[in-house]
Amino acid sequence: MTTLTVTFTLNGKPVSLAVDPSARLLDTLRYQLGLTGTKEGCGEGECGACTVYLDGLPVNSCLIPTYQVRGQRVETIESLESLGQDALEPFERCGATQCGACTPGVVMTAWWIREHPELLGTHSIRELMAGNLCRCTGYDGIVDSVAEALRETASGRRET
Amino acid sequence: MKRREALAKLTGRERYVDDLPLQDFLWGMTVRSPPPPRGRVTAIRFGKDIDWSQFVVVDHRDIPGPNVVALIEQDQPVLAAGYVRHVHEPVLLLAHPSREAVRRAVRSVEVVVAPEPPALDFRITPTPERIQYGTDNVLKHLQIVKGDVERALAQAPVVVSGTYETGAQEHVYLEPQGMIAYLEGDVLVVKGSMQCPYYVLKALQHALAREEALVRVIQTPTGGGFGGKEEFPSHIALHAALLALKGGRPVKLIYDRGEDMAATTKRHPALVRHRTGLTRDGRLLAQDIEVVIDGGAYVTLSPVVLSRAIIHAAGPYACDHVRITGRAMFTNAVPFGAFRGFGAPQSQFAGERHMDVIARTLGMDAVELRRINLLRDGQTTATGQVIRDGTDRLAVLEQALALSRYREKEREHAAFNATHATLRRGSGLATFYHGAGFTGGGEVALKSRLRVAGRPDGRVEVLSANIEMGQGTLTVFTELAATRLGLAPEDVTIAEADTARVPNSGPTVASRTTMIVGGLVERAADDLRRRVGLDDSARGAAVTQAIERWHREHLGEGEPLFGEATYEKPPGIAWDDTTYRGDAYGAFAWAAYVAEVEVDLRTCATRVIDFIAVQEVGKVLNPTLAKGQVQGGVVQGIGWALMEECKWRDGAMANNQLTNYLIPTSDDVPAVRVAFLENPYPHGAGGAKGLGELPIDGPAPAILNAVARATGADPRAIPLTPERLMELMDNAEFGMRNAE
Repeated sequence: MTTLTVTFTLNGKPVSLAVDPSARLLDTLRYQLGLTGTKEGCGEGECGACTVYLDGLPVNSCLIPTYQVRGQRVETIESLESLGQDALEPFERCGATQCGACTPGVVMTAWWIREHPELLGTHSIRELMAGNLCRCTGYDGIVDSVAEALRETASGRRET
Repeated sequence: MKRREALAKLTGRERYVDDLPLQDFLWGMTVRSPPPPRGRVTAIRFGKDIDWSQFVVVDHRDIPGPNVVALIEQDQPVLAAGYVRHVHEPVLLLAHPSREAVRRAVRSVEVVVAPEPPALDFRITPTPERIQYGTDNVLKHLQIVKGDVERALAQAPVVVSGTYETGAQEHVYLEPQGMIAYLEGDVLVVKGSMQCPYYVLKALQHALAREEALVRVIQTPTGGGFGGKEEFPSHIALHAALLALKGGRPVKLIYDRGEDMAATTKRHPALVRHRTGLTRDGRLLAQDIEVVIDGGAYVTLSPVVLSRAIIHAAGPYACDHVRITGRAMFTNAVPFGAFRGFGAPQSQFAGERHMDVIARTLGMDAVELRRINLLRDGQTTATGQVIRDGTDRLAVLEQALALSRYREKEREHAAFNATHATLRRGSGLATFYHGAGFTGGGEVALKSRLRVAGRPDGRVEVLSANIEMGQGTLTVFTELAATRLGLAPEDVTIAEADTARVPNSGPTVASRTTMIVGGLVERAADDLRRRVGLDDSARGAAVTQAIERWHREHLGEGEPLFGEATYEKPPGIAWDDTTYRGDAYGAFAWAAYVAEVEVDLRTCATRVIDFIAVQEVGKVLNPTLAKGQVQGGVVQGIGWALMEECKWRDGAMANNQLTNYLIPTSDDVPAVRVAFLENPYPHGAGGAKGLGELPIDGPAPAILNAVARATGADPRAIPLTPERLMELMDNAEFGMRNAE
């Protein structure tokens, strides 16, 4: 079978690996690299469970051929682990996670909003989170968590 | 207490079935029957482009025991044996080390079915050539009779009739279903996403003809269930196990979303007819109700869903003359199954929408109609259950009205609707109830058992078959055991739901886990305390030290230390399953929900702009978890009411993808404002009653009542999509013309 060699930056470290030309970034991350924090919810870019950052922008990794990310920066939920417990405290406290299947994707989008608070000048948290489907929380727990995280960042109480 | 496993989930460290490391395994997949929905399988053709010697291929002849997925009736085959009753029936199983190869192989198998006349509409009487179950395709018939309905209707000054319909709903748990199976010596191990490990164990034992000691079922962290992982996982477990047994290697069988939506169960579609006799001032005199549900091509849990549907159909109201007739119909649709609410959302949608239809017919206020008819303590439900729990159901209603500013909003909406060119606003109400735990004698029959073990380090471990799927079992059980024994939460662990280790504490369904199984946690903790020589007042360090001391004294004996509890029926509960009379549930939770909607007359799109959910659920054990259950249930209910529509082709879902089966996003719904009234239930753990299902009963009727008030239209069916509302408004010559 034909394979292609792809080199990209994954969570800050260079990786180079042989992939099937049709491999999805989601499968490469999960099955080839063992990064199972990124989940598959729908496989067609609707649910956002597979959200990763590609050159700093959130994308659905089920829609990205791995070959396409050559030379780019890919960051997964595993890159956020270094943030530590404190940073995620509002998400625990406000009930952002129930079953957890959507959660890594939700946290990736939420973190991106937190890093780009200027977006809230033109968009609501509900609009910005609409690409991440959740079937458990009814979204209040998620929206409240993002608002709390933003508040704490703004007040500088939890610098991360 | 914060959710126990929250941090693992937030950081992606929680490992679901598809995340588990597995060596040298095969990917399994299922070959399913194409249309037509019913007929004999006349040929199975294997594509010539595939080297089949590289694949494990399983058909019905490879099943060691009876070809049946054991459940209520023994009617559903593990794999079709020459005849199919619905589209997507599993026919063959394939496995191969490459997932891509097995996908290609599945596509290259052609299953040919010789068509026979299918039954595809549960609402119409089947013609003789379409009858496939009994003499009339009725899977189950049930009836509740209280008083003399015909006489009461004949004498009633007013009779109001109505017919209501609800559609199927797909669970859309975010983690698709999946299982892993492998042999560990002689023991078959099956791991996966499931609500009921012992259901899976029983099904494996039966069809594989294996004794219990040679089967072990382990639940993996489960990414949502909502009932969809109650009975269906037994099928996938059997399929994975058959492939693993034949292939001699571990097998992983994970559905993608398309297969999950096409082949697994959904909420039963329902048709409900009401004929209600009343006094002119709105007092209920007689309720004659007919509930028909679509069971699909196999029995699954339809008889029990029907039971819960009819028991809840009359609503939380006092009425002396009630007749409720229920039928679950066989059709050649993909079988319907358990879904949060389990029949009660369907029958209460009809009942609560009908209350507003009655109010409009009588020219009466919809709140007042409910207020005068709501059950008071000492009055009886349709099954004759005397309600005497001391809950002030009127207070529940009043609080919902107050929090939603219901009366002020009525005036504001009138002013808004009189002036706005294209938008219409309205508020709608639903008052409802949900019985917690198994119906009637169900809990007694289950004989649930649970253990709390004392470990050598003084910590305790809860051993139960009840699982975490997002609703909070791990956290609530930890809190209950810690509170009971005066321990810190860190001193309590919850065992993995592994049938080789945990006793059968029953399925994780029916809003029973906290209320009923939680009670077993408390009593098993008491028993543990007694076994180490303490009385029920001992707490904290005294308990820890006694456990440690016990282990020192029994060192080397290899004897485990545990306390045990078995379900005991609360006193004064009696149910007769033959007459359908008596105490249907140990306890009911009560609720009043108010939805405020805005309808755009140009598009007929309905948006919920405010939602108030007030309920009495006994003592709230964990406010964050409880609120999350209500908010999640309400939003799932908003989806069912307005947007979630299964499109059917040959009895199978044609829109089996999230691109065109739409569930609510964060931007489709408002904040859901939640309030609890607490009246501790003496027989529930910590005073709690069941909570998980209640919140999906109320949103649909509240929303449709709101749309009716906003627009003057009279919607009777859900989902009320823009297309459906537009049709209603056009027919009634509403719409823009009416707006002038």
